[in-house]
Amino acid sequence: MSETAAVPAEKKAGVPTLELRGITMRFGGVVAINDLNLTINEGEIFALIGPNGAGKTTVFNVVTGVYQPTEGQVVFQDSRIDGKKRFQVTKRGVARTFQNVRLFHNMSAMENVLVGADAHHRTGLAGAALGLPWHRREERDGRAKARELMEFVGIGHRMEETAKNLPYGDQRRLEIARALATDPKLLLLDEPAAGMNPTEKEELQGLIKRIRDTGRTVLLIEHDMSLIMGISDRIAVLDFGQKIAEGLPAEIQNNQRVIEAYLGVPADAS
Amino acid sequence: MNDSTNTNPLTRMRGGYTSFSDSIHDRWATAPRWARWVVYLLLIVLAIALPADGIGSFMSPYTDWPTLLFFPIGGYILLAIGLNVVVGQAGMLDLGYVAFFAIGGYGMAVFGTKYGWSFWEILVVGVLLSALSGILLGAPTLRLRGDYLAIVTLGFGEIVRKTANNWNYIGGPNGIGGIPHPPTLTEWTIPDNGLFDAIGIGGVQPFKYGALDGKPYYYLMLVLIILAIVFVKRLEASRVGRAWASIREDEDAAELMGVPTFKFKLAAFAIGAAIGGAGGVMYASQAVSIIPTNFPFILSATILAAVVLGGSGNLPGVILGAFLVAWIPERIRGLQEYRVLVFGAVLVILMIFRPEGLLPSRRRKAELAEGEGGMGSMGAEVGGPVTVGAGEGVE
Amino acid sequence: MNNLFSQFWPYTIDGLSLGAIYALVALGYTMVYGVLRLINFAHSEIFMIGTFAALGTLHLIGMPANVGGFALVGLVLLLAVAGGVASGGSAVILEYVAYRPLRRRGASRLAALISAIGASLFLQQLFARLVIPKAFGLPKEKGALPVQGHFAHKSDVIHIGSFELSNDKLIVIVGAVLMMIALDMFVNRTKLGRGIRATAQDPETAVLMGVNIDRIVTATFALGGAMAGVAAALYMLRFEETRFDVGFLLGIKAFTAAVLGGIGNLRGALVGGIVLGLIEMYGAAVFGSQWQDVVAFSVLVLVLMFRPTGLLGESLQQARA
Repeated sequence: MSETAAVPAEKKAGVPTLELRGITMRFGGVVAINDLNLTINEGEIFALIGPNGAGKTTVFNVVTGVYQPTEGQVVFQDSRIDGKKRFQVTKRGVARTFQNVRLFHNMSAMENVLVGADAHHRTGLAGAALGLPWHRREERDGRAKARELMEFVGIGHRMEETAKNLPYGDQRRLEIARALATDPKLLLLDEPAAGMNPTEKEELQGLIKRIRDTGRTVLLIEHDMSLIMGISDRIAVLDFGQKIAEGLPAEIQNNQRVIEAYLGVPADAS
Repeated sequence: MNDSTNTNPLTRMRGGYTSFSDSIHDRWATAPRWARWVVYLLLIVLAIALPADGIGSFMSPYTDWPTLLFFPIGGYILLAIGLNVVVGQAGMLDLGYVAFFAIGGYGMAVFGTKYGWSFWEILVVGVLLSALSGILLGAPTLRLRGDYLAIVTLGFGEIVRKTANNWNYIGGPNGIGGIPHPPTLTEWTIPDNGLFDAIGIGGVQPFKYGALDGKPYYYLMLVLIILAIVFVKRLEASRVGRAWASIREDEDAAELMGVPTFKFKLAAFAIGAAIGGAGGVMYASQAVSIIPTNFPFILSATILAAVVLGGSGNLPGVILGAFLVAWIPERIRGLQEYRVLVFGAVLVILMIFRPEGLLPSRRRKAELAEGEGGMGSMGAEVGGPVTVGAGEGVE
Repeated sequence: MNNLFSQFWPYTIDGLSLGAIYALVALGYTMVYGVLRLINFAHSEIFMIGTFAALGTLHLIGMPANVGGFALVGLVLLLAVAGGVASGGSAVILEYVAYRPLRRRGASRLAALISAIGASLFLQQLFARLVIPKAFGLPKEKGALPVQGHFAHKSDVIHIGSFELSNDKLIVIVGAVLMMIALDMFVNRTKLGRGIRATAQDPETAVLMGVNIDRIVTATFALGGAMAGVAAALYMLRFEETRFDVGFLLGIKAFTAAVLGGIGNLRGALVGGIVLGLIEMYGAAVFGSQWQDVVAFSVLVLVLMFRPTGLLGESLQQARA
């Protein structure tokens, strides 16, 4: 796009799993995202960074179907998902967490994860009301899966606790487990490290890597630079709804425009 | 915020009561399966013995106890179970629930008098008809925010009643008379001997639906109630119940976790409607004649009061609430006239001091107190938790 | 259908005067909803109290016979003040008793709505059982027929062909429109009005900016209630009799009007009220007056289906769903 944006694509020639093509998102007169092109490859950890209000969460909302983009297309695994209903996007294999934790606070941790697992369950009213065999099997499998996922994210000892009684870090982990329960190919994490202490951040870093190692692609928004630099394969930088840089962590770290954007110097001052 | 009130003796007493009911919850949750079955069986035996004269002379000195047990008590309980699916489980406020009761009732009256169908056939048709009308009303309106839905359902209740009043085919304001009773299944009589006499049901013909004895109708209602409870309970423990709970807590998050929220809301609405319709068919089959004024808004409000009073979302609570709301005005003569006045005051007081009702489900209690659940918190609250509306919320 | 064409103007005038009353009552719903996100279900009873206050005043001063002209305007003004004060006052009390404790706790809107329904039932029954159990009409001489048929001397002010406008309907329409203009100016030009708008837009920020929320809420209820009281006085001018449940249907329709115009939007309430009044009367002309209410509710359902933010949109606050 611009000369400052590095060209890393050929270095990691993966299969694209998510493509944003010319996405523009306007709210009334405000342009939250402006002509954004982004390609995320299968199996990578891709970080989206930028100052507050740069439009990062809006990107998440466009991808997950919360907003319909004003212009442009969202292509996930070769088919368009813009215009799809939110639950359908989830069923296709895109799951997310939220910037401010949005668990079902008064349900147990187990139930929270089960709701995610239910995304692929087929039991209808009749099956549930009559207690038909496949319904029972689904329930059993769902519970096993939920247990496994909670062990995986490290809250296996608190499965029956009410979500809102969990410590903050565990609530973040529970949200990840809930999202994983929907079997996503692509996991969107919105500031997963917010409010975590250094130890927790370290654990989180390990967790994100392990998620990637299970064959999933991770797209994350984060402010914690050491975390990002530690785990990201590639990084894109947003400022005022525009992509101002994209590349490998090392490239981004030394990118003049990125530094300016973060320090607040006008980008075209030179 | 309430630090100062914690020392208030009333609050402490409430706290004591709450922890008592919580400990019952816990004990029940950990009880072995056989123990639960014993309790269920005891409850059913109790319910069967309930119409006995000995109990009736205390419970209902003024009116025929078995008839009272059939309606309003049994009827209200059935309706409350149905409305609870909508209000307590899925967190939607339906103020026109009486419409489905009316549709069931008129279904019984029309098919029974004009087409000569039997009660059993009409019960099936009436339930389907009510569920269908629930879907027809719900499909366009369930996407609305919660409080709009409340008004639309209220409007629907009025439309149904006014239509019944204006439509001559179904008798207009005079309603329909001569509605057949259910056909008698068997003339079998409960033996008049020791055991049955002891619990006061000797000599009863439980499957003979005549004009005089209320007991057979009560038993029929009891069967319907038990079926409804089993049905609703099973749903509650399945993915359907989880979906409802997640919708109640955070509809947007639920949708993003793959819950087709609209479909599940519609299902709750249809199930509630179906149960209301079943109640209507039952009611009309005993009442012989029905008129539009049998289905006023105040009945919707009364059933809602029952659900909320008992503890919306928790079946034992809802049943208790319905029982109290139906029984107290009958038991305390003179209160009948002031019934609605008292309801109104009770609703306000309850919402101020104990919004979770008498026997709340633990989860629902927290939601109602914190301004989650159903519709979020009020706009300009002073220092409560902040809940945000849909679009901005995910940002 | 013929009915509608042959009597187009009478139906239109009736629709306008009915709509003007809906609009005034709708203001109370719209303002409270704008500020609190609460359907003040008991607003219909606030209106009912206004009708009793207006008629009660008439009983108190003794009924002047058949007043017309400016004397009638003066009389209506007096009744409007009585209704406005009674309704505004009871709205404030209602808020204090039934909503404020819940607001303090940050209770759910479901809980608040149920409390509102409870308050509505209570007030209705209070009048039905304790205050004035029977229908309450114009003052009568002891045991005799009413002094005169009406307290207003109804006469046609304008009469062109089939277009007739009687003085009472004119007063209703003009009075309602004047009140709405006054309220609109108040909300847009005064400090208190600014506080109301700020709170409606963003209560959190309004608090941070030093707005006293409790005071704003009280003012909102007082203003909305007063409008309902004035509407009640105008309603009495037209219908001359009230009952404990006079507000029930009218309240639902006024709420419909508020939603129709875009809830939270003051001008929307005017548009919604007038549109609903007209639709209802035209509906009555086409299908017969017994279907009037069914038509009104069907309009509500249809509007919410196709334009959930109303005709003018929700200006005091962005749509939330």
